[in-house]
Amino acid sequence: MRNGAFWVVIVAVGLGFLVLTRAFLTNEYFYFAGYVVLQYIVLSTAWNILGGYTGYTNFGTAAFFALGAYSAAVLHKLPALMQTTFGWTIPPVPLPVMIVVGGIVSGIVGLGTGYLSLRLRGVFFAIATLALSIVVQTLIVNWDFVGGSRGTYIIRPALAPISGSYIQYLFTLMTALSVLAVGIARTIERSRLGLGFAAIRDDELAAEASGVPTLRLKLISTTLSGALMGMAGAPLPYYVTYLDPASSFNLAYAVNSVAMPVIGGMTSWIGPVIGAILLGTIQQLATVTISSALNLLIVGVLLIFFVIIAPNGIVGLVRGWQQRSDA
Amino acid sequence: MAIQSGLLLNAIIAGILLGGFYAAVSVGVTISFGMLDIANISQPAFILLGCYAAYVMNGWIGLDPIVTGILMTPAFFVLGMAVYRLYYYAFERRGEQAIQGLAFFFGLLFVGEVSLVLIFGVDYRFVAASYIGPSIHMGIVELPLRMLLPCVFSLIMVGLLQLYLSGSFIGRAILAVSQDGLALQLMAASPIKIKQIAFGISIATCSVAGSFLIIIQPVEPSIGRDYIGRIFAICVLGGMTSLPGMVVAAMLLGVFESITATFYGPSWAPAVSFGFLLIALSVRPAGLMGR
Amino acid sequence: MPEDALLQVTGLGKRFGGFVALDNIDLTIAKGERLGLIGPNGSGKSTLVNCLTGTLHNETGTVIFKGKSLAGLIAHERTRLGLARSFQLPKPFHSMNLLDNIRIPLLYTVNARPGHHLSDAAITARCEELLTHVNLAGKALQRPRDLTQVEMRKLELARAVATQPTLLFADEAMAGLSRSEIEEILAVLMRLNEQGITIVLIEHIMSAVMSFSTRLVVLVAGHKIADGPPQEAIRNPEVEKAYLGE
Repeated sequence: MRNGAFWVVIVAVGLGFLVLTRAFLTNEYFYFAGYVVLQYIVLSTAWNILGGYTGYTNFGTAAFFALGAYSAAVLHKLPALMQTTFGWTIPPVPLPVMIVVGGIVSGIVGLGTGYLSLRLRGVFFAIATLALSIVVQTLIVNWDFVGGSRGTYIIRPALAPISGSYIQYLFTLMTALSVLAVGIARTIERSRLGLGFAAIRDDELAAEASGVPTLRLKLISTTLSGALMGMAGAPLPYYVTYLDPASSFNLAYAVNSVAMPVIGGMTSWIGPVIGAILLGTIQQLATVTISSALNLLIVGVLLIFFVIIAPNGIVGLVRGWQQRSDA
Repeated sequence: MAIQSGLLLNAIIAGILLGGFYAAVSVGVTISFGMLDIANISQPAFILLGCYAAYVMNGWIGLDPIVTGILMTPAFFVLGMAVYRLYYYAFERRGEQAIQGLAFFFGLLFVGEVSLVLIFGVDYRFVAASYIGPSIHMGIVELPLRMLLPCVFSLIMVGLLQLYLSGSFIGRAILAVSQDGLALQLMAASPIKIKQIAFGISIATCSVAGSFLIIIQPVEPSIGRDYIGRIFAICVLGGMTSLPGMVVAAMLLGVFESITATFYGPSWAPAVSFGFLLIALSVRPAGLMGR
Repeated sequence: MPEDALLQVTGLGKRFGGFVALDNIDLTIAKGERLGLIGPNGSGKSTLVNCLTGTLHNETGTVIFKGKSLAGLIAHERTRLGLARSFQLPKPFHSMNLLDNIRIPLLYTVNARPGHHLSDAAITARCEELLTHVNLAGKALQRPRDLTQVEMRKLELARAVATQPTLLFADEAMAGLSRSEIEEILAVLMRLNEQGITIVLIEHIMSAVMSFSTRLVVLVAGHKIADGPPQEAIRNPEVEKAYLGE
């Protein structure tokens, strides 16, 4: 299907999803749990742009995600700070603005990460991203304005800009971000840019020799990936109401954003979506029924299992069955 | 001024002692990654396994942790060989993309950490031994025994490994396979068997390194993550395949961390090691001693 | 500097740590030439190609291509200027079919040059045309893993040719091939030369080099020891010494 048509379809699906859930689902718990699954759709799709499409493994998802969250926290505290320091009264920053700012901040860090890739290949790049994550976490832990290691409380506004609870508002925003992320991923996949990414993934040296401006494309990939992760993180403070480094830099974000695309399938936009919905839902159910540590164990084991048995993920398995039944 | 210089001197000494220990922690990766080109980022998980093995034996029958570490090396060696076998069948043989191998070890790291949380919980665990607590005083210099002994034993272990690698047939085969697996095959030695032994050795070192770690400080499952950066920074700075280079790099990192912790507080320490890594990777990928 | 010199290399040097891979290499390539570059293993042939195409950075020396200095230009920029190379060990894009393998250089080199803009349809047609030239059109929708050794070499060449180069470095495109396969590749290269592409053939297979080249350059241990018509160059005592020993 042509790309324009695809955007129309996913926007329609997104809107339809929102309308149906609002009409029939009144249990607040669904919106709490659904938010997390949607968040993972954005994170896995974002990860896959750099990982699956361009071939650079990023273990530092937490850095980009948390920077988005902390950007929002800073903007949330800004009015109070302006009041006490200068006596100015500025209105509270709307959440959509925070999302954009979170995207810009994480996008800039993504750009920096892209320059790292100049010197680092494969595992070196992956470890550098992990290092980045720890460095950013240490900086935040030592920053008192956002509460340092003690964290900070964020009070959810009493009224949402749209009808319904504030959680439903967050759910709506995250649905919109999911549609955006998936749309961008698929557009890239079918474009000249996506082919360039694939060339870099398959053989960077040959790509460069074929005229592909590898550095420029890698910068686009890391910036875009980082920016989307930052946008996914921006609503987090309002979701959790208590923001601290230990939970926002939680290794679960790094593992999930790797596991979901790997298990779903890294070669297509639909892989991360499948992985996020599948694993995200399992984890939400498991957290309630069994311990949360055990549910993380399940993710880790599934990751190892899939990477050994089905390296092309669920999408790969389905394609394999299709080819065999065609033959 | 005298207080400052005394503080600085002790920070440097503590850093050197710490560096010796860091050498034991990193020697495994120098073998698996530097020589075999296997990016085993789950190394810290095996080190923590060594910590908890020492903890369990210490609590159960009061066994000295260093003794546990040494006694458990055969078990860790077998475990290492098994992990390599799996890695070989799943990835090396198929020539899969690098991402899959990385994801595998990442998964192992994670599964390891979470399993330890499930079994032992998130509380800090420590061991009891006669040398934890006392220090040797030489003027203004203080040498805590709990740091001195692991440092000394670490350097002995690395020295023994160096002798083994340059002296024994298998050891030299390992060095050979790191340079040219095909040549080794032509000499009728199976590169896969050699790599298996080498990887087994790299995991066996974790048994000992883990026992040292729990002597130096109390442990809990998530501290493994701090070590990933340290280990790879040391391996890269040390020139990837050079054990002496690795020891020097380990000492440097130890001193840097110690000075930072003494003068700026311990909450900055993780940033030091990872910042070190980023600088090491961007400036000197060939390491201090060259490749 | 000769008026029709396509490539002018002066004093090019490259070292790896303490090891001198290339020492003060001077080389002139005229338009339309068929240059053979030979030398024992480790003499620096591939290093020279890597330095000229921008994959490696040479510490000393100047390289002037079509009157323009290549200093500071990285590989993809040099490819866009018209300097192409095939790799010694074929490096295809494994996840794509052959058509897309050829599409990459068309999208990123040909279409990136000022003025030239092929439509999607034109690109696909050009891909098929290029594959036909090397007899691979039948496997257009298959992946590189389904190719034989010689087919991979041909794909490698086709991909380099797709960039519409002025100067092509064919790096050991014939190693390990049979007699008839070598003839096949040579025929492709001859045809390309007749179409106006200057070719540098880096090879070990002496019969191929001697029959193909209009000029021969010999590298030994990073030094150029001979440069001239093929029959003269190999009679050079230094060359004999290098290949046959004292």
